[in-house]
Amino acid sequence: MITIKNLRASVEGKEILKGIDLEIKAGEVHAIMGPNGSGKSTLSNVLAGRADYEVTEGEVTFNGKNLLELAPEDRAREGVFLAFQYPVEIPGVSNINFLKTAINETREYKGQAPMEAKDFLALVKEKQHLVELDGKLANRSVNEGFSGGEKKRNEIFQMAMLNPSFSILDETDSGLDIDALKIVASGVNKLRTKDNAFLVITHYQRLLDYIIPDFVHVLYNGKIVKSGGKELALELEEKGYDEIKKQFETV
Amino acid sequence: MSISLENKISTAQNLTAALSRVGDKNNVFGFDMIGEALQFVEIEGLPTNKHEEFKYCNVDAVFRKEFKEINNSFSEINMPPVVVDAINVYIINGRFESVSGKAEGLVICDLVAAQKTHKEVVEKNLGAHAKPTSSVFVALNTAYCQKGLFVYVEKNAKIDKPVYIHYLTDPISVSVINPRTLIVCGAGSNVQIIDDYYSKGANFFSTHTSEIVVGENAQVKHYKIQNEGDNAFGVITTEVVQSSNSVYDAATFIFSGSLVRNNHHVRLFGQNIEAHLNGLIIGRHNALIDNHTYIDHAMPNCNTNELYKGIAYEKSSLVFNGKIMVRRDAQKTNAYQSSKNILMSDDASIYTKPQLEIYADDVKCSHGTSTGKVDEDALFYLKARGIGDESARKLLLQAFAQELIDKIEIPSLHDKVLELFEESLK
Repeated sequence: MITIKNLRASVEGKEILKGIDLEIKAGEVHAIMGPNGSGKSTLSNVLAGRADYEVTEGEVTFNGKNLLELAPEDRAREGVFLAFQYPVEIPGVSNINFLKTAINETREYKGQAPMEAKDFLALVKEKQHLVELDGKLANRSVNEGFSGGEKKRNEIFQMAMLNPSFSILDETDSGLDIDALKIVASGVNKLRTKDNAFLVITHYQRLLDYIIPDFVHVLYNGKIVKSGGKELALELEEKGYDEIKKQFETV
Repeated sequence: MSISLENKISTAQNLTAALSRVGDKNNVFGFDMIGEALQFVEIEGLPTNKHEEFKYCNVDAVFRKEFKEINNSFSEINMPPVVVDAINVYIINGRFESVSGKAEGLVICDLVAAQKTHKEVVEKNLGAHAKPTSSVFVALNTAYCQKGLFVYVEKNAKIDKPVYIHYLTDPISVSVINPRTLIVCGAGSNVQIIDDYYSKGANFFSTHTSEIVVGENAQVKHYKIQNEGDNAFGVITTEVVQSSNSVYDAATFIFSGSLVRNNHHVRLFGQNIEAHLNGLIIGRHNALIDNHTYIDHAMPNCNTNELYKGIAYEKSSLVFNGKIMVRRDAQKTNAYQSSKNILMSDDASIYTKPQLEIYADDVKCSHGTSTGKVDEDALFYLKARGIGDESARKLLLQAFAQELIDKIEIPSLHDKVLELFEESLK
């Protein structure tokens, strides 16, 4: 589904990603773990197409297309979804209007007619149930006045609505209590199919108790320094990142 | 006070032209008032940008260059479609033309006629709130106005349909128009007024001057829609006076025009008065849109609120100057003011200045202003969901403007303004 080769990227002239190689196939869940400042969020932002990040080398192929050449909105329309670490509050834009615009612009991109209003509303009803999102929240302004947990649930709700083939969860567990974490994880699990893939970025192993990954990668200092199965996450939880740091410390 | 030679010449020309018209049956003002007005014009001259009140609004350069000769030739105007169920009043090329529809307790006619039928009301109010010596533009308007509009809402009359005043202008050659309006709302009355400015044709300069009297316990909603062409220049003065327990609620929407200067002044001569001044302004191309508001809290226990939002595209400039005066007697005043702006280009300008003058000690007053670009984080968030750049910006601008458009309580007018707004973003 997505192949990342020797990806290097900088922010304000400082190199953060120093050659990432990663291949994710349909039906797989990959987790990326790593200490603060290792480049986890940079990777997700680069894949989603945020303007402040400059790709200096490497390539990303998504379903046969050069992802890095696409504008952020076209990446989304092609099926890339980023669940934001810090979802943005947009006063005055209703969640519903926002999603309707997003869905219909994606459909237009694919040459499909806009979704019928009643089909759209039925979809909203079905999907908000998935993350136990209050119907009232769906009608409010995007993320405005939402609690941390509500914001993250809203991300997963949007994911469910847009039905992407590749989703990046950027520290979705941060700021969540255990109940909210369970709801978010269960939402993601219900969306898992053999045709889509997930990249779960997290600092802690906790989330991976609920979203079981097929592969775990350790990102340190802009590179993937270790890869393994789900047991790697447990190992990291036990030993912490210090051992990794010691092993791969660069001068 | 200095008078430039050029000023003297142009005002002298005006003076001669006006004096020839003194006694004109269409000008409601008498010889004395016109004389006083013209003398004021002669002494004062046109304000230049050295004048603090006109710092960003160089009327002098425009007026003297373009409108030296006051020509008054106009073409037949095609009425734009009427979408609001209302009592429609037509002011064509600055003069009262006709009214269609009526309501119990509502009088609409031209000022000259009103001087006979409503002598006392006209004499008490006309020129009393917009004094000819208050500004050169009011003075010019006083000297040259013809067939002004008179709207009178009788005591306790509740007018169900809005009074929709269409100001339509279509000059053949460069012209000056001088529409004059007096609206008197009796005690306990309730009315909605819509001012809709629409123009095409050659460049024109308007000195439109309105006086609005809001009686005790009266409730007045006042919508202003300024959607004129690039041919529109003007200094528009609206003087509102309110009595005790009254509500004056104004919302101004400006979508185009080359030079629009609005002086919106509200004087609170009573207690427990409520006044709202709101505005949504879109600047395109080289437009200069300057909103000067002035709220005078003369007595205690009054509440006022101002919210002006601007979006400046291309090389346009938007000015907001909001003055609030709280006099010594005006204890327990609540006065709030906010101005928020979005710059859409590197060449656009926003000038905003709150001016609070407070002489009472037990008051709540606040003001705030912000100017910035479209929020990049919000923009990226929308794009990351598949929404294209243009739609994403539109959504954000709509969100910015929505609370002002939603102040319109007449559904058909709300939709019309929303449509004009969306059109203006293209």
